[in-house]
Amino acid sequence: MSRQTLIGKSLPRPDAKAKVTGGAQYTDDIHLPGMLHGALLRSPVAHARIASIDIDRARALPGVKCVITGNDVPAVRYGNWRLVPELQDETALAVDKVRFIGDEVAAVAAVDADTAREALELIDVEYEELPAVFGIEEALAEGAPHLHDAHTDNISLTRNIDYGELDRAFEEAFHIQEDVFTTHPVNHAYMEPCSALARAESDGRITIWTSTQTPYYIQCLLARTMELRENDVRVIKPHVGGGFGGKMELRPWDFCAAWMAREIGRPVKFTLDRTEELATGRRRHAVKISSRIAFQEDGTITGKEVRAWLNGGAYNGMGPTATFLIGNFGAMLYRIPAYRYRGLYIYTNTPPAGAMRGFGAPQALYAGETQMSQAAAALGLDPIELRLKNSMTEGDEIPGVATVGSCGLKECLEEVRRISGWNEKRATLGRGHGIGVACYSFISGGVFNWFNTKYPFSSAEVRVFDDGTAQLSTLAADIGQGSDLILPQILAEELGLRMDDIRLVTGDTAACPQSDLGTWGSRVTLMAGNAVRRAAKEVKERLFEMVSLKFDLNVIHELECGDGHIYAKNKPKRRIPFGEVVAMAQRANRGEPIKATGYYTPRDCGLVSPAFSFGAQVAETRVDLDTGKVEVEQMYTVHDCGVELNPMAVEGQLEGSIQMSLGYALSETLVMQEGRTLNTTFLDYKIPVAADMPPSISKTVETFEPAGPFGAKEAGEGLACPTAPAVVDAVYDATGYCCNDLPITPEKILGHLGA
Amino acid sequence: MNFDATNRWVGCFTQPADAKQMKHHVIRITVNGDRHTLAVAPHWTLVEVLREHLRLTGTKHGCGTGDCGACTVLLDGRSVNSCLTLAVEVDGREITTIEGIASSGGELHPVQDAFIAHGATQCGFCTPGMVVSSVQLLATNSRPEEQEIRHALGGNLCRCTGYTKIVEAIAAAATQGEEAEG
Repeated sequence: MSRQTLIGKSLPRPDAKAKVTGGAQYTDDIHLPGMLHGALLRSPVAHARIASIDIDRARALPGVKCVITGNDVPAVRYGNWRLVPELQDETALAVDKVRFIGDEVAAVAAVDADTAREALELIDVEYEELPAVFGIEEALAEGAPHLHDAHTDNISLTRNIDYGELDRAFEEAFHIQEDVFTTHPVNHAYMEPCSALARAESDGRITIWTSTQTPYYIQCLLARTMELRENDVRVIKPHVGGGFGGKMELRPWDFCAAWMAREIGRPVKFTLDRTEELATGRRRHAVKISSRIAFQEDGTITGKEVRAWLNGGAYNGMGPTATFLIGNFGAMLYRIPAYRYRGLYIYTNTPPAGAMRGFGAPQALYAGETQMSQAAAALGLDPIELRLKNSMTEGDEIPGVATVGSCGLKECLEEVRRISGWNEKRATLGRGHGIGVACYSFISGGVFNWFNTKYPFSSAEVRVFDDGTAQLSTLAADIGQGSDLILPQILAEELGLRMDDIRLVTGDTAACPQSDLGTWGSRVTLMAGNAVRRAAKEVKERLFEMVSLKFDLNVIHELECGDGHIYAKNKPKRRIPFGEVVAMAQRANRGEPIKATGYYTPRDCGLVSPAFSFGAQVAETRVDLDTGKVEVEQMYTVHDCGVELNPMAVEGQLEGSIQMSLGYALSETLVMQEGRTLNTTFLDYKIPVAADMPPSISKTVETFEPAGPFGAKEAGEGLACPTAPAVVDAVYDATGYCCNDLPITPEKILGHLGA
Repeated sequence: MNFDATNRWVGCFTQPADAKQMKHHVIRITVNGDRHTLAVAPHWTLVEVLREHLRLTGTKHGCGTGDCGACTVLLDGRSVNSCLTLAVEVDGREITTIEGIASSGGELHPVQDAFIAHGATQCGFCTPGMVVSSVQLLATNSRPEEQEIRHALGGNLCRCTGYTKIVEAIAAAATQGEEAEG
């Protein structure tokens, strides 16, 4: 009889009860005695020198306890790119200059939110406006005003990739598919607005509760801006209401809460409102991509060249990483023997762009996958056949970047072709009705140490107790994706315990082992999961000794944990309850507790990621030829996320990604006018509601990823990529219109139809 | 819209300039069965009073413009956006927040059980509003069709789940309620 396994079980989330009863605490839900409320004064102009700031009237308002500007705090430049200090270009409050509409200029702390906001109106700032640049072309034009004095132009970073004989590939090509694409800025629209609450302790140390994906980054960067030691800052991450990449940097409200709390000796809380989020918050990069792919007559790809210009906004933050990722994802999915990439990261006087679900991959794959379908049309081939012909397989190497450990792309394509009825539908559905396809690949965590951490990328401490329970401590950050479910599930599996035997300690830099880089790039299941397994294995070895000794087992016997016991695998009657073994081990260890810490840092696995997921998606759409309205009638998805540790959690990721990605394709865009975001409420920024969602069928192609815990890898982030190009392809199939400038709108379709 | 006449950033929650001088009103409300007497400024919203004054923080403040539905509560049994409801409007009325959906003995409502079992919560920030809207739906339509569920959730945004498991959970709770009755 084999033991029960928790791997592949759709267990519910341990925090679900707190969430359905209103008991789950988010940062803004916390109220401390004496707490003050903060508010931020933002720049109303896109580019200006600050001639003067007068805060006297604000300070004099009854109830106002503190007002600070960039003149009152150290002008420490920060940013996630600690490895390249020149890329750290941001200060918490503007120093001398403002560079976008919404740039933080001053902060107020007052007895209540009304008073804080009233005080903002009493701060007088005199701006000397400067010429501004908003678009990529303007920013790169000769003589354009530049944003940062450290640069002589508006280019903050360039990235080049070159391999293979590219020129020859294009000279000998049968068909060259060449296109230019543009993409639009969109907002994460996480439901919980950003919030931070800080308290200065009596010894001068800082405790901050903040809505973040990355407690460790906040700890390091806040310490630096406050001129403290890292360990003098304690970051606590309460429940977080979504992030999607938008909460992985130190932000001005974190700093201002902490600085003012220390200054006045009372806790200070900032909570953004939705208009601040939409008007000034981080966003997915608007990108211009020029791409050409060389094909032989039979459809074999022989080379690809991609140029990308990313509108980075006024500051770098986390954003420049997308320059690398677009280059990387431009060369994924297919065997491309020769590749050239030129990426430019460009400053403009717009709100800074940053990480958002997929981070560069949605733009790169929108361009690349649209080209694959268009090339198929040009070559007279079926779009799925063309993809199958070129698709990557297990063991493929991307020169200098990565080796693909597991890959189910071909199987995904074949399966999605089958379940969607592709062969019967493509090009046959009739005018106004179409079907389209696109693929994706994504990373399972990043290898490149741009934060320049001196700690392991993931850490997990496991302690076991003689009552048969265990405790897992890790700084891995659940922001809704479910790591507080999956990591205990992995530990329960390793120790043969039930989920409710595992106590989780998380989200506190003072209580969890150093360190974990947080939630981004779909890294947590693989990296923190491996750290949990390593800690568990070490603990188990010490417990196994006890069982071997007790039963005087021959050295060839394997031991196993299961059903709350530890036993000899081939003599399962030789078993002892887990807690009793822990008691024995502690006695043997003169009372010292049994615990171990496991670490994971990706090594010797290229520059990008230890593992790659794959998938294929088909969209079936109906286009109203009179109005240009696109209705997505059905989605089909087949993905390879390795072994599904918890299918219900994987499905939740997949279903959520379709919502966000349909919004990206069809309804969401931040409407910009001279640096100002015009649509700043959810009435005007349209994320799909329940009734907008099409029916969706999904399947998995299971592979075993050798680098992942129990064979698992990324799920749900890469799916931010294929939906837009699949819908573009379906609209092309329905109307002959190929959208090269997202989003797809009725106006663009009607323009093509000549209506 | 985020700027005043002098082009100054003011956010969306601007108050009357003389808010401080405005007289507070005394209201009596029943929240989850508990009676409260409160002095409220005329511009305070119900969500503000629930969260800041009664410390019932289960009701979430997601947008302030009635678009996201995270602040949904029941007012005399009907769902409303508590961010669009002024506190002075609810004098003498009965409010149920997410904290009052389970029985006083802690027994969960079938919708809450179904949300847990079906994986309908991810980040959980929309969940209180979703649960309250669902409870209201099932109170008026005990066996809704899928499209009726989707329309009933039209005022509640979720960014994590794609709504699939939320819709499944509500349908399951409805079926369960019917079985319990039958």
